[in-house]
Amino acid sequence: MKAFQFVDVRDLKSASQALGRNPDSTRILAGGVDLVSELKDRIIEPELLVNIKTIPGLNGLKMDAKGLSIGALVTLDTLEFHTGLWKSYTALAEAAQSVGSPQIRNVGTLGGNLCQRPRCWYYRDEAIKCIKKGGSKCYAAEEDADNKFNAILGGGPSYIVHPSDCATALVALGATVKYSDTQGQIRSVSADEFFLLPKENPAQETVLRHGEIVTEVWLPAPAEGTRSTYIKFKEKDSFDWAVSAVAVKVVAGPSGLVRDVSIVLGGVAPKP
Amino acid sequence: MQQKTKKIKSVVVENGFEKEVEIEVPVGPPASWGDPKALRLLGKRNTRPDGPDKVTGRARYASDVILPGMCYGRFVMSPYPAAKIKSIDLGPAERINGVKAAVLLLQPGADVLYHGQPVAAIAAITPEIAEDAIRAVRVEYETRPHVVDLVKATNPNAPKVRSDVPSNVQYPGGSTKGDVDGALKSAAAMIHETYEAQTRLHCCLETHGHTVKWDGDKLTVWASTQFVTGVRDEFARDTGGPQNVTVITEHMGGGFGSKFGRGTEGIAVAQLAKKANAPVKFLLSRAEEQLANYRGPGVRAEIKLGASADGTLTVGDVKVWNNGGASNANSPLDQGFYIIEPQARRVQRWGVLTNTGGTAALRAPGHPQAAVIWDMALDALAAKLNMDPLEFRKKNHNDPVRVAEWDLGAKVIGWNRRQRTPGSAAGTRKRGVGMGSATWGGGGSKSADCTIEIKPDGKVRAYSAVQDLGVGVRLYVQSIPAEELGLQLADVEPIIGHSTFGPGKGSGGSTTTASVAPAIKMSAVQAREQLAIVAAKKLGAKPEEIEVVPRGRFQVKGSPARGLAWKELCALLPPSGIKAKGDWNEASDLQASGVRGCTFVEVEVDTETGKVTVIKALGVQDCGFVLNRLQAENQVTGGIIQGIGTAILEDRRMDNVTGRMLNPNFEDYKLCGSFESGGVNITLDPPYRTLGPEERGIATIIFDNPTGKVSGIGEPAIIGVQSAVANAIFNAIGVHVKEQPATPDRVLAALASLKGGRA
Repeated sequence: MKAFQFVDVRDLKSASQALGRNPDSTRILAGGVDLVSELKDRIIEPELLVNIKTIPGLNGLKMDAKGLSIGALVTLDTLEFHTGLWKSYTALAEAAQSVGSPQIRNVGTLGGNLCQRPRCWYYRDEAIKCIKKGGSKCYAAEEDADNKFNAILGGGPSYIVHPSDCATALVALGATVKYSDTQGQIRSVSADEFFLLPKENPAQETVLRHGEIVTEVWLPAPAEGTRSTYIKFKEKDSFDWAVSAVAVKVVAGPSGLVRDVSIVLGGVAPKP
Repeated sequence: MQQKTKKIKSVVVENGFEKEVEIEVPVGPPASWGDPKALRLLGKRNTRPDGPDKVTGRARYASDVILPGMCYGRFVMSPYPAAKIKSIDLGPAERINGVKAAVLLLQPGADVLYHGQPVAAIAAITPEIAEDAIRAVRVEYETRPHVVDLVKATNPNAPKVRSDVPSNVQYPGGSTKGDVDGALKSAAAMIHETYEAQTRLHCCLETHGHTVKWDGDKLTVWASTQFVTGVRDEFARDTGGPQNVTVITEHMGGGFGSKFGRGTEGIAVAQLAKKANAPVKFLLSRAEEQLANYRGPGVRAEIKLGASADGTLTVGDVKVWNNGGASNANSPLDQGFYIIEPQARRVQRWGVLTNTGGTAALRAPGHPQAAVIWDMALDALAAKLNMDPLEFRKKNHNDPVRVAEWDLGAKVIGWNRRQRTPGSAAGTRKRGVGMGSATWGGGGSKSADCTIEIKPDGKVRAYSAVQDLGVGVRLYVQSIPAEELGLQLADVEPIIGHSTFGPGKGSGGSTTTASVAPAIKMSAVQAREQLAIVAAKKLGAKPEEIEVVPRGRFQVKGSPARGLAWKELCALLPPSGIKAKGDWNEASDLQASGVRGCTFVEVEVDTETGKVTVIKALGVQDCGFVLNRLQAENQVTGGIIQGIGTAILEDRRMDNVTGRMLNPNFEDYKLCGSFESGGVNITLDPPYRTLGPEERGIATIIFDNPTGKVSGIGEPAIIGVQSAVANAIFNAIGVHVKEQPATPDRVLAALASLKGGRA
């Protein structure tokens, strides 16, 4: 990776200030799992990393009668080993557990999982300047391209698929993503609207502008009779990405009659 | 009649001076490993002496060596699959602070033939600066059209891979035996199919490379190699002779046939270290490793196979295309069959050039590819004949050891549980059972030797230049002398992997053990004979009257009270101790070539997703005299794990658009892990039971073939695995995945072809 400066920040506003205006020159560091691989593969070459792990209050997890609040810095293994989550938000616990390997879940954060970049092998190839990296075309859409893991729904002009397992589960569970804008104001957006299609903006996968930082994910308390699950299909059982995935939430009444159902697909489109 | 004698070297003390003398000893019985039942250490399940070092990280690999002032090497690699180099400017890299050396590996005007071909190399004081520097080198390329796909490359209009040959389809060959056309006409059942075994990468967990240090003209190399003395001889080109090179390989992290030479990285590292005037470590990055010029070549074959109604394999008509990348490659299928031979056969073979990296031996070079293609064809024909695939093979092959291995394997895997008609199982998760077979040499030859040194304090050291490719060489360097001298394993210190320890041995062709173990045995015999002379003199007996009993006690046969404990005996040795080195001529009868082996696999195929899960796998492997049962079993287990990866996961993706390899990593080039292999080792001992339907994991049987001679088995262990998985899938779903590996998309496409549609 290219040499960079590193700064610890204590609050969201100074984080935003440190991140500045130029999206190419700075990056947020949380768990660092995806960031470090992008640095090592020279997909990005920022001059400054802004470490937000030093900001207090972003790693809380609180579950009460109203719902569940998960700080952006909460690690995936915290979600995986939280018994309350398995009971009330099963799809999210299953999604968190399906990510990477134990080492990755031990450092990877929920915020980082939502903000990770695509796995498309054209995007991840340093030598290929595809549309997501300011180029003119999506190589996966070329005739004769190798696109077995690319989008079958919602593609164009880029045909990436969103790699996040947790995102798929969160959309199904009706989550809200909270983030700090460049002025330090907290804003909210539904998980569904948090993610963008390439036709909205081919260069990025979320609504976040440079300098904005995910702070929390909020999930409403499940209605009586709610069940959810996340199923991930992958070629390799350990440490692999979803070829396709589905998160399902069903709310059933006492008679067993389904009152509400939410089915969200992962691994097949640029957003869940 | 006078007893025959032989001369051996020994050390005596005369007038206070040690002197090497030749002494005559009676010629004993011919060398023999002995009755396995009477042995204390050999043939048992002992653990390797370097295991604790490896799991605790104490073991030192070439990658672990850190020297003062050391620099790090990196390649400048071609980003293009086909181009001419117009110019190279190293200047911008050399001007970066911390860059100590830069060298050209190709000159302007040269052609690059594949993505990742090394063009230049850099050494810098940190790996990060080296990474910056390779990007600063300015290379001007004139790009040309490329072709990376084997079938596309055979099109007459395809871009020419090499300017020096007129066509991408090269190296024709072939042979014919019998009346092929007549036999094809009269066959009662026939198949006509095209199969392809994929190109694979070696995926050594320790990447290729070396750490080197110059001291004047002398060069010390810590090499990750499977041929210590071979690498020494290659570096000797830079040093004015092998006497100026020392190569050290205490441990190495896998080679699989790709680490015999020093490689381009070796050529580069010697030059870089000289130019930088500093030690240089050049261990490839993972991406460099996956792109490097080492691959097991893929094979495509069009096969017509015919049989008579009774199941006799009457005819084979085979066309073979070997994918050697930018160079030629071959496979055992070039002979027109694998193990099971048709009565009449015709084969035509070609090497196909593509803009992809060249080839290197990969664990049984060409055999797994030939086996999976041939075994798929055999099972397809057996199904046409409505015949049990095992009975079909037995009808056409009668080697007694092989047939016995097949029968044992079939019994243990539960062959009876297979689908009588392929694809006939109900439901969407279909089980199937399949088999594959191996043939290999595994014999030894005179090469590395072993010196056994015994000191007056009783310490025993066994030295050999041979490296441990990972299979556990140290254990037999330790256990053979310990067995011979009546000692425990811990009493012998095995020291290997150093080019100054005598002649070496390349670990290839599964020949290492059969070459080195007999040499160790004869050195141990000679050490025992030398000690017997010392003991006899002290005890007032003849050397041939001395016997050895644990723990290292030398005593007079028939009167055990007249004896010397190990320490007492060694205390009688000259101050520098004794050294023993055996004679290969006496050892050669302790090894033999020619092993078989087979694999049986049960899979479950999810016909909705295309996912293949290996439920259980069984390897049955003969190796003659078993030096260590645990390590023999581990060899087979390792072969099965690697083979399962080959069968269902390992998939190099060459991009037709850019000509680049899209997955030079372990994320998208997927290897078999514990979840994919069932995760459990099943230990089996005679009498062998049949595995239960729901039992999961990998089982191994070292088949008892009492030749009394050692044969190597590292390679045959993998050969039949891809075959067995491919045929188990066929048994489950009624169609072969003809282009390997059997990833979910290909399984679904195969299922769709059954219905006459497409996926």
